[in-house]
Amino acid sequence: MKEYRTITQIAGPLVFVEKTEPVGYGELVNIVLYDGSIKRGQVLDTSDELVVVQVFETTAGIGRDSGIRFTGETIKMPVGRDMLGRILSGGGKPIDGGPEIVPEKRLDITGAAINPYARGSPNDFIQTGISTIDGTNTLVRGQKLPIFSGAGLPHNQIALQIARQAKVPGSKEAFAVVFAAMGITKEEANYFMQDFERTGALERAVVFLNLADDPAVERIITPRLALTTAEYLAFDLGMHVLVILTDMTNYCEALRQIGAAREEVPGRRGYPGYMYTDLAGIYERAGIVKGKKGSITQFPILTMPGDDITHPIPDLTGYITEGQIVVSRELHRKGIYPPINVLPSLSRLMNLGIGKGHTREDHKKVSDQLYAAYAEGNDLRGLVAIVGKDALSERDRMFLEFADLFENRFVRQGYTEDRTIEETLDLGWNLLSTLPVEQLVRIDRDLINKYHPKFRQTAKAEG
Amino acid sequence: MEVKAQDTKTTKTGVLKRIAGPVVTAVGIEAHMYDVVKVGKEELMGEVIKIQGENIIIQVYEDTSGIRPGEPVINTGLSLAVELGPGLLTSIYDGIQRPLSVLVDKMGDFIQRGVSAPGLDHSKKWEFRPLVKEGQEVGPGTVIGEVQETNIVHRILVPPNVKGGTVKSIRSGSFTVDEVICTLDDGTSLTMMQKWPVRVPRPVLEKMNPTVPLITGQRILDGLFPIAKGGTAAIPGPFGSGKTVTQQQLAKWSDAEIVVYIGCGERGNEMTEVLTEFPELEDPKTGKPLMERTVLIANTSNMPVAAREASVYTGITIAEYFRDMGYDVSLMADSTSRWAEAMREISSRLEEMPGEEGYPAYLAARLSEFYERAGRVRTLGGKMGSVSVIGAVSPPGGDFSEPVTQNTLRIVKVFWALDAKLSQRRHFPAINWLNSYSLYLDSLQEWYDREVSPEWNSLRSWAMEILQKEAELQEIVQLVGSDALPEAEQITIEVARMIREIFLQQNAYDAVDTFCDMKKQYDMMKAIRQYSDLAYAAQNAGVTPQQILSVRSKNELPQIKFIKDYVPALAKIQADMESEFNALRSAA
Repeated sequence: MKEYRTITQIAGPLVFVEKTEPVGYGELVNIVLYDGSIKRGQVLDTSDELVVVQVFETTAGIGRDSGIRFTGETIKMPVGRDMLGRILSGGGKPIDGGPEIVPEKRLDITGAAINPYARGSPNDFIQTGISTIDGTNTLVRGQKLPIFSGAGLPHNQIALQIARQAKVPGSKEAFAVVFAAMGITKEEANYFMQDFERTGALERAVVFLNLADDPAVERIITPRLALTTAEYLAFDLGMHVLVILTDMTNYCEALRQIGAAREEVPGRRGYPGYMYTDLAGIYERAGIVKGKKGSITQFPILTMPGDDITHPIPDLTGYITEGQIVVSRELHRKGIYPPINVLPSLSRLMNLGIGKGHTREDHKKVSDQLYAAYAEGNDLRGLVAIVGKDALSERDRMFLEFADLFENRFVRQGYTEDRTIEETLDLGWNLLSTLPVEQLVRIDRDLINKYHPKFRQTAKAEG
Repeated sequence: MEVKAQDTKTTKTGVLKRIAGPVVTAVGIEAHMYDVVKVGKEELMGEVIKIQGENIIIQVYEDTSGIRPGEPVINTGLSLAVELGPGLLTSIYDGIQRPLSVLVDKMGDFIQRGVSAPGLDHSKKWEFRPLVKEGQEVGPGTVIGEVQETNIVHRILVPPNVKGGTVKSIRSGSFTVDEVICTLDDGTSLTMMQKWPVRVPRPVLEKMNPTVPLITGQRILDGLFPIAKGGTAAIPGPFGSGKTVTQQQLAKWSDAEIVVYIGCGERGNEMTEVLTEFPELEDPKTGKPLMERTVLIANTSNMPVAAREASVYTGITIAEYFRDMGYDVSLMADSTSRWAEAMREISSRLEEMPGEEGYPAYLAARLSEFYERAGRVRTLGGKMGSVSVIGAVSPPGGDFSEPVTQNTLRIVKVFWALDAKLSQRRHFPAINWLNSYSLYLDSLQEWYDREVSPEWNSLRSWAMEILQKEAELQEIVQLVGSDALPEAEQITIEVARMIREIFLQQNAYDAVDTFCDMKKQYDMMKAIRQYSDLAYAAQNAGVTPQQILSVRSKNELPQIKFIKDYVPALAKIQADMESEFNALRSAA
């Protein structure tokens, strides 16, 4: 392989090389340092005069004397069955002291878009055992549902609880987990690893670790390696894969860093204008393919800078993903776990996975009613702060109490408490029964007669 | 043509000089703006978007990874065009009219590159029935025959760019879209297919004023903020506020004859939902599957960005083609913000001087050119047809002051403002009744008088007044609580709540409530008005607000939404209300 020593400029993670042979866009590049060590990069811009290479690691040690080797191919990921149970670096190299991965296939890490016509419809209900997800923001197989959190909130616990408890009722298959850490601390990484080991989840997991002190630019490829692995497990081996990506905020920061180094025209808050397309290239790799057995369900986690949901990172994510689970600082301060605020949370695919044949016929209506009642009660809290409880009408007082009950009984649950969907829905009915029946305007009479505790008991008594 | 063919060798093939993502530069090629070119050894499809001396800048519709400088570039000399003819309906295309089903056959479940596929099936035979005779004069837009495509009759037109003349021969029978079905005296031969460049609007005889509403079966839209057939509307809203559901409801239930749905840079799973749902749903008018009147364009967010830019033009050209047959077409674009972002992405790769928030300076011009292709028109063939355009807008952070929303609002006539607060409260459709507007109310007034009821317009104004009043009262309630309000205003609050919960809220997932015709809308609103009138009368007669608010029969009103044959049930509720209030009044 020809080696060039024609570097003209090094700026941030970018290396400019001239007088090369024709080089392909997106090609993988090896950079040979004076001590013989090799760094990797990718071609970002190519012309007959100048080639711009983005280096995945730090550029420390790269100089005009470094050699450049173009590999002639785009970045490929070796994948194989024996990846399960392994821990790899953010760049895809084993770091658990085990042997190299025996590749069964080498796949392009960019991944091709699933043809919308070939997509299968996601409609298998996943029971996570968490009421605020199963009951009011239901997850289905093939969905991408991010967790919007903030610094210092227990999003990692929630992600782990989901990874541990997620199952499709009636199906014996466990999920394989692909876990990609981007820029998280060693401590956080250990927390995940220990839990995986303790519960035995590691056996069916592939872990990619790019820690806080690893090169930021490497974060650009970490999620792509993880998803390429997930696609192999799902669509070649027929497994149901749960992909956890944390923390997407760090990924976006890396994206901004490269944009700035390339002197691109920045979009909102300095993030590149193509961030939407770039994120879509990651999130859209969730899904089901018609006629194939496996599936990819994604749980990206991101911390909203300043808890601001309109910040470009959560904003663009929300426009691509099928809903979001919002973790609330207020509930966390009240000591409620999991502090999921259902009001801004949403699952767009919920309606595909609930109702008769999936969960229970009353699911949709119960969920709507819980939402509406909690929203109303929550609004009244502001009013109470001004006029006091006594100035409220009787109806208002009931809704106010409902909001407290909802948080304390429906939202709050144990870290290892695994509620079935029936338990969640019955709990919902019990809470709703504290309101007068005529206030349940979102539920039709038939369902009220069948499931409302009051009528259920009379029906039983008569029966 | 002859002359051009001679110098093909010297000018039609050049070489690549530079590749930077979806934008590449070629030299040694003669090209015109928007010529379609084939890039590299794999012949990826691209389009000339800038000419700079020697350098021809091309946007490529497919992934350019691995393409090197020095690879060939071929100019086709044609601009980006769509194939128009029988076979469009029920199709699902990517942004450059490649049928996605054909792509699955050719390259599997994932989108690979370098595969071309014509928009129409060129081997399928269609039964053609001529409607003109030999010796008859025809001109651009004349219907020369028809094909029963689905339950929709596909009219075959003389293309707008054909001069016309006398029919020399015409034949009936079963033909492919390539076979000549008709010849004219000047030697022109016509097939069932025509090609049209997507960036050029198809010509019409004249544009007319819209006077008929596009009925959508959505109460807040038809009732309060209607769009006219041939009109334009924008639905801006933050994520999760229900843009896509609203767009899909419109695609399902609007009373247009043809629906073109563009999924522009949106979610793959959503397109799957449309694909699985539409063939099963029935058109409320014809009882046939909705898919039979639909053309879908799906260029999801992870498909190439240049094709996303083109998808909107592909869609509107297909819409115009059906309009030219004399149909009412509605076009949904979800989302125009993704389209604008595609423009921004390409503009920034061209290193153009950016305008506001990095969008190109020509953003406003492109948006207005697009919306201006809507309209109710007299076609070249003298028929009446229309294209209504409904564009979703996805403002970052839900901030309506951003450039795409603002430039859109300057053009469109109807504004349906989605509101995240409403959707969090599960008030769907989450359209804010105070911020939304329709500028078609005046021109549609006559239609509502005639087709619904002479009372409707005043009933609408009454409802809007109550809602406006409620917003003012809510500010007071926030401070002092509802019990402190004067009696009459407590009733106003209750009536407003009924309008919101009974009339405005509509369940898209309920088999009955998903579509509500104008008659039912009118009946529902009238029942609420009746309660209101009775309540104020009772209050004047000295009945207390507590008694008025606890009238039991009104609690049955929300159930009307879910009943198909609602008339007897509604009549009973109205009679019950009447007698309950009578009892209250006589007791007072």
